[in-house]
Amino acid sequence: MQYLFDNFWALTITGLTLGAVYALVALGYTLVYGVLRLINFAHSEVFMYGTFAALWVVTFLGGNATGSIAQVIFWIAMMFVAAMAMSGLIAVLLERFAYRPLRKRNAPPLIALISAIGASFVLAEIMGLREKITGWFGLDTPLATYVRNSRNNAGMPEIITPQPVFTLGDYAVTNVDIFVIVGAIAIMIMLDQFVKRSRLGRGIRAVAQDPESAALMGVNRDRVIQVTFLVGGVMAGAAAAFYMLKIGITRYDAGFILGVKAFTAAVLGGIGNLRGALLGGFVLGLAENYGSAIVGTEWKDVVAFLLLVVILLFRPTGLLGESLGKARA
Amino acid sequence: MSYAQRGMDWVRALPKPAKIVLWVLFLVFLFALPLLNIPFITTPDSDFGGVLFTVSTYVLVALGLNIVVGYAGLLDLGYVGFYAIGAYTVGVLSSLHGSWPWLWTVPVAIGAALISGILLGAPTLRVRGDYLAIVTLGFGEIVRLTLVNSQWLNGAQGISNIPRPPGAELFEVPSLDWSSGAPVVDLSNTTTFLKFGITDQIPYYWLALSVILLVLLFDKLVKDSRVGRAWEATREDEDAAELMGVPTFRFKLLAFALGACIGGLSGALFAGKAGFISPDSFVLLLSILFIAAVVVGGAGNRWGVILGAIVVGYFPERFRDFADFRVLVFGLALMLLAIFRPQGILPPRRAVRAIEADEKLEALEEGEVRV
Amino acid sequence: MLLEVNGLCVNYGRIEAIRDITFSVEEGEIVTLIGANGAGKTTTMKTISGLRPVRAGSVMFDGKDITHMPSHERPVLGISQSPEGRGCFVGMTVMENLEMGTYARPDRKSPAVKKDLERVFELFPRLKERSNQAAGSMSGGEQQMLAMGRALMAKPKLLLLDEPSMGLAPKLIQQIFDIVTEINSQGTTVLLVEQNAAQALKRSHRAYILETGEIVREGTGKDLAADPAVKAAYLGGDV
Repeated sequence: MQYLFDNFWALTITGLTLGAVYALVALGYTLVYGVLRLINFAHSEVFMYGTFAALWVVTFLGGNATGSIAQVIFWIAMMFVAAMAMSGLIAVLLERFAYRPLRKRNAPPLIALISAIGASFVLAEIMGLREKITGWFGLDTPLATYVRNSRNNAGMPEIITPQPVFTLGDYAVTNVDIFVIVGAIAIMIMLDQFVKRSRLGRGIRAVAQDPESAALMGVNRDRVIQVTFLVGGVMAGAAAAFYMLKIGITRYDAGFILGVKAFTAAVLGGIGNLRGALLGGFVLGLAENYGSAIVGTEWKDVVAFLLLVVILLFRPTGLLGESLGKARA
Repeated sequence: MSYAQRGMDWVRALPKPAKIVLWVLFLVFLFALPLLNIPFITTPDSDFGGVLFTVSTYVLVALGLNIVVGYAGLLDLGYVGFYAIGAYTVGVLSSLHGSWPWLWTVPVAIGAALISGILLGAPTLRVRGDYLAIVTLGFGEIVRLTLVNSQWLNGAQGISNIPRPPGAELFEVPSLDWSSGAPVVDLSNTTTFLKFGITDQIPYYWLALSVILLVLLFDKLVKDSRVGRAWEATREDEDAAELMGVPTFRFKLLAFALGACIGGLSGALFAGKAGFISPDSFVLLLSILFIAAVVVGGAGNRWGVILGAIVVGYFPERFRDFADFRVLVFGLALMLLAIFRPQGILPPRRAVRAIEADEKLEALEEGEVRV
Repeated sequence: MLLEVNGLCVNYGRIEAIRDITFSVEEGEIVTLIGANGAGKTTTMKTISGLRPVRAGSVMFDGKDITHMPSHERPVLGISQSPEGRGCFVGMTVMENLEMGTYARPDRKSPAVKKDLERVFELFPRLKERSNQAAGSMSGGEQQMLAMGRALMAKPKLLLLDEPSMGLAPKLIQQIFDIVTEINSQGTTVLLVEQNAAQALKRSHRAYILETGEIVREGTGKDLAADPAVKAAYLGGDV
């Protein structure tokens, strides 16, 4: 307990930065759940591919800790573009190959979950086997920097050194912390406005609330679903870029734990509810940090899982309710 | 209709005495399998007895998980948790904090798995199906992380020196040698009946096979009873079953608990053979492979899931070069199956009727057809 | 002929919901399909909108074969439906619902939309009062008006109304039918599905009677209303 009080601000700020990442990934679960009523189990891999895209592009551009301001801005911008493009692409491919064929056959949700589990393993394993796979084409040597030791951790060169900006209690809040928290919130506000105001965003809401009526209004459901996966993927890509800036290390199986936590965040806030995802992400990030301060850091993941179980038992509709899709009973 | 199904129908149509003879022959064949050293089937890179034992644990686990997934329709992604609880109960009682003989620990292991199944199931079985999948996934990880972090359970180091099952050294059984192209009885390469040692894995396979037969018998009794029908009704339409007076929650819990028992039993067997267990033996991937076994084979059909377990357990051992790719291949297989054959290789005969019933219900719900 | 349905058969799985039905709607008409629960009325409407796949037969709209056209392309041609049970987007405001009606219009950004909105507000003043309220918080009658208003916002050539009077108070039913007549007199063709046969027959130019998936009778609204068999089966005396 004393540890919690002594490190309150440190725990709070790191909890919020992680929470921001959870929230961005949670948006993908929530959006897809909203329009399709199913858990996109493979969304964690969408995130993981984003982390690698960020890592690869920074490595390719030769990013390092001593760049000029212009260089750093360029590296960060490219990193976000690459991660968001990669994750968006993976999400769209996922929809095309793991979900659309099932939808055409009216498969029950559990079958879709099985397909998603399969897709999740395929995606993770392709990343984990990238050295072997590129080897088949004789590309493992030229691409060695990117594919070597594909089962191990891969680290990104640091491009911004964390610098204290101001102190809270006795924790020095760094520029990276601020960038992650503010940046994530800004992206979420943009998404919220997109869903609320744009034509496609309205299409997404219409399909989530009443797919038949939406079709009667001329909304192309397949198109909306595709856009939903794309948007969720892009959000996961942004999360991946923030994650790499803050944590800097990834691996072919890095998606799994983060995915379950982001899903927890989505359920915590009320799955299908965009603002719920934001709230759920931050609450989970904080709860996990405070909780592990009390019972020990090694139990951090257990705290998150237990929280998930407890929410599902006592408030399965989450803190804010399932708003996107409340329409259908 | 697939060839496999046609084959099964052919067997079903045989007269009873012929069936019994066929069964006995088949059983003898199964028990003799590791001694026959049949070319091609026998694994070249690893001890065939050990492989058969591994396959048998997969079969056992798949039979247990089939009760949960196939009969009751509950997607359990944390089944490895029960497997781990069974194995660790054995480890704790027989080696780490006690010195019980292996055999005595088995019922306790089953009991521990049963209790944890009820403790997990009682609160969670009320949540929606897709949520249940995630909750159980979380459960599996909680169990593993607890094993890693708990000092009392020896943390990541695991438990060693677990005693082996009790045996007796009665007589020697010879094996076959095919090196000359035709089978020859090889008296220099024998297995001691029934010695549970370190090098010769065949007796463990015999033990596992015997347990499978018992579980199969139990499975058949339960499935054909009132309980089995209640599961079927619950799986196909929970609301309708509830309306017809089936206490669906209790039956789901029963399935969950029975499944957990068999998971615990498999874990106990595994611990007794391996002699050493650690949290690394119980990763999430195992849960997924178990699910793959059940779904690939045909959830709800005991022969289907046995087939699935053999596919999942045997092929990576037979084709070692492909071991690196096995997760990739199973992932692909799950996707392809979900798309092209969601009912599995050997679907239960019910599934066909259930699909028809579903169509009728949908039409009724739309209010467009009068009965 | 604006709408021609020819030999249409629709199934649910193996079960036939409608069997070989043929009917047509002329430009400027109000045509009604009457039938008991489960006769296949809603299936017919959903099939015209493309929500149900056709097993056999054809649907022609404005001289174009639309039998297998995806549902979301049909509003562009001028087919707009107010579905059974209203189907309002309950999480959106009234205004957002009405704007959803223009989703498929090629001219959705032109001033014409504003005029149509005014017209809808003239027909349904309640919607104007409540334009910023969430659709889910409104009464059944108001939601019915919203569903009809939303369908009108698509500026349809053919308006499909599925049970607009369902679950409404008698006074409100009268009002809804008045509005249907008004919409029609402003030039929109209407295909109506009703259980309230008395009102529907009084208002329509022509009507068809559906029984267990087949058309058993057709005629002008007046003739059918006077037919003793129809009276006995559908009008039940209380006209």
